[in-house]
Amino acid sequence: MTIAEGTLITAAGLAGNGPAGDDPDARGRFGVFGGRFVPEALIPALDEVAKVYAEAKSDPAFLAEFDHLLRTYAGRPTTLTDVRRFSERAGGARVILKREDLTHTGAHKINNVLGQALLTKRLGKTRVIAETGAGQHGVATATACALLGLECVIYMGEVDCERQSLNVARMKLLGASVVPVGNGSRTLKDAINEAFRDWVTNVETTHYLFGTVAGPHPFPEIVRDFARIIGVEARRQMLELTGRLPDAVAAAVGGGSNAIGIFHAFLGDQDVALHGYEAAGHGVDSGEHALTLTEGSIGVLHGSRTYVLQDDEGQTIESHSISAGLDYPGVGPEHAWLKDTGRATYHGVTDDEAMEAFSLLARTEGIIPAIESAHALAGTLKLGRELGPEATILVNLSGRGDKDMGTAMKYFDL
Amino acid sequence: MTTLQTAFEKARADKRAALVGYLPAGFPTKDGAVAAATAMVEAGCDVIEIGLPYSDPLMDGPTIQDAVHRALSNGTRIADVMRTVEAVARSGAAVLVMTYWNPIDRYGAERFARDLANAGGRGTITPDLTPEEAGPWCELSAAANIDTVFLVAPSSPDERIQAVADCCTGFVYAASLMGVTGARASVGAAAEGLVARTRAHTGLPVCVGLGVGTGAQAAEVAGYADGVIVGSAFIRRLLDAPDEASGLKAVRELAAELAAGVRG
Repeated sequence: MTIAEGTLITAAGLAGNGPAGDDPDARGRFGVFGGRFVPEALIPALDEVAKVYAEAKSDPAFLAEFDHLLRTYAGRPTTLTDVRRFSERAGGARVILKREDLTHTGAHKINNVLGQALLTKRLGKTRVIAETGAGQHGVATATACALLGLECVIYMGEVDCERQSLNVARMKLLGASVVPVGNGSRTLKDAINEAFRDWVTNVETTHYLFGTVAGPHPFPEIVRDFARIIGVEARRQMLELTGRLPDAVAAAVGGGSNAIGIFHAFLGDQDVALHGYEAAGHGVDSGEHALTLTEGSIGVLHGSRTYVLQDDEGQTIESHSISAGLDYPGVGPEHAWLKDTGRATYHGVTDDEAMEAFSLLARTEGIIPAIESAHALAGTLKLGRELGPEATILVNLSGRGDKDMGTAMKYFDL
Repeated sequence: MTTLQTAFEKARADKRAALVGYLPAGFPTKDGAVAAATAMVEAGCDVIEIGLPYSDPLMDGPTIQDAVHRALSNGTRIADVMRTVEAVARSGAAVLVMTYWNPIDRYGAERFARDLANAGGRGTITPDLTPEEAGPWCELSAAANIDTVFLVAPSSPDERIQAVADCCTGFVYAASLMGVTGARASVGAAAEGLVARTRAHTGLPVCVGLGVGTGAQAAEVAGYADGVIVGSAFIRRLLDAPDEASGLKAVRELAAELAAGVRG
């Protein structure tokens, strides 16, 4: 690929060529969702991020630099893989994976962090903080900070530090400080609370490199824009490979960044069904799940109006998933909007279903997926059986499973 | 009954700043919170903020997080918050509820405003509700005849201060520093300037909170603000006390020290 072609792809990615109405309004709203529910102290910082981002996305120099990093550092474009043996178990439907697991650091998170790390420089800030659940966003952030010479502090729940200890070591090796968060549920939601506390204290020097399409405006829009290269590439590659668009696109949904990343370029293609798979944990009736969109109610969490797992008085209910990256009681406001408008459909996948798909992909295709991505694979097995052998399903294989070996060893008694 | 307006008028007549104390409902226990807040009033607090315990207090430091966690573990619910407001209002202070937005949103904003007014509450402080999102709440509060207090911060440019002040009734809450709640060795250097900038946009009283915890700090802030807000320092006294009686005594002593402070 020539440099000029690469630049065009990325520029299209940031310009937002989806259907009208897919961008938030001036208050950061997608329909009734989104907005800003944060301390007034942070409003000037959010305004500054929004302003600098608006300038950056129409600055050819910024786009060229982002594009250069995506191609020469992250390893874009990522390939598609036709998984024929796995497809036999999906009712014969043709399953095609978008291989975000092959990017540098092993997950789609690298796309957003490279964009936001460049934005940090443009903001004139020298310190980056981030939250992480599975550790993928933390590793990606630490990586981008090492590359660009930024100080990096990662907040991570104690429970997640334990189940993703390998990623903790990776972050430290990359020069980041990892702060274990021991309050509340000691998982992703509490890591986000703690990162916000740091940000309000150190906002003059610090950018909060938010890891998903949730949080206050403009994060849902910025993270989406940096992640949507996944769908922009995949749409073009599908046309090249199969001569047509897929019948359905499938992705796992925690906060929702990999799902928005692959959905967004297809929003205007009304014949392409969009399916998001949330973590049903031990099952919907167990109460131990992360079914924010399918079982939650509308509320405010982490600065945004969206679907939330909450009780009758607005207290957040702790989520559960075998996958740290999906273990979150909120979700990005654009997903809430896509659900309510009916453009996307959301379903639950239990821990057991996800682990079965995890093992199946390894054995049939020689690919060990992240347990997050395995939720999308499990959903695809069901979806394929419904749609039948004529259908083509594009799945976002959002990350690789190396980080999940501890969990897999325990689960499968390896 | 004391309103915010009468509480500030009284302080002004005494040529001093008002003393505003914060305590979450349900901490250290449901009854213990009523007893402690009542002691704070008896020892000199003019206004009491009753905190509504919330699972994700992202503006609060470790002390308030700890207290709120205990309150939730005690099974504190919004009905308990209302009962606490009602009991503390009887002691003669103007009582507000300080809460993140989601509990009000979920409870039903109109119902919350009505129930708070019926309990004798005088208003709310909502630290994560900004002018862009505050419109409906201001209307419902006005209809229920309760005040709405919002925050300005050292980072707020003048146009934001104007927008926030326009939504406030009762008083404007000036955060003394960039950060979360919690007592600190010194009050933020930006506080005095922020108060001056805020006064340029409103005739309402301006109160300073975050990081104030001693009589000397209260005296310093009282030199330029209409009110001094103290929260974490009261909670710290209760957390450190070996039993409830000594906790109450310590809270009473701190309130008296601060009350002397606001009198210069």
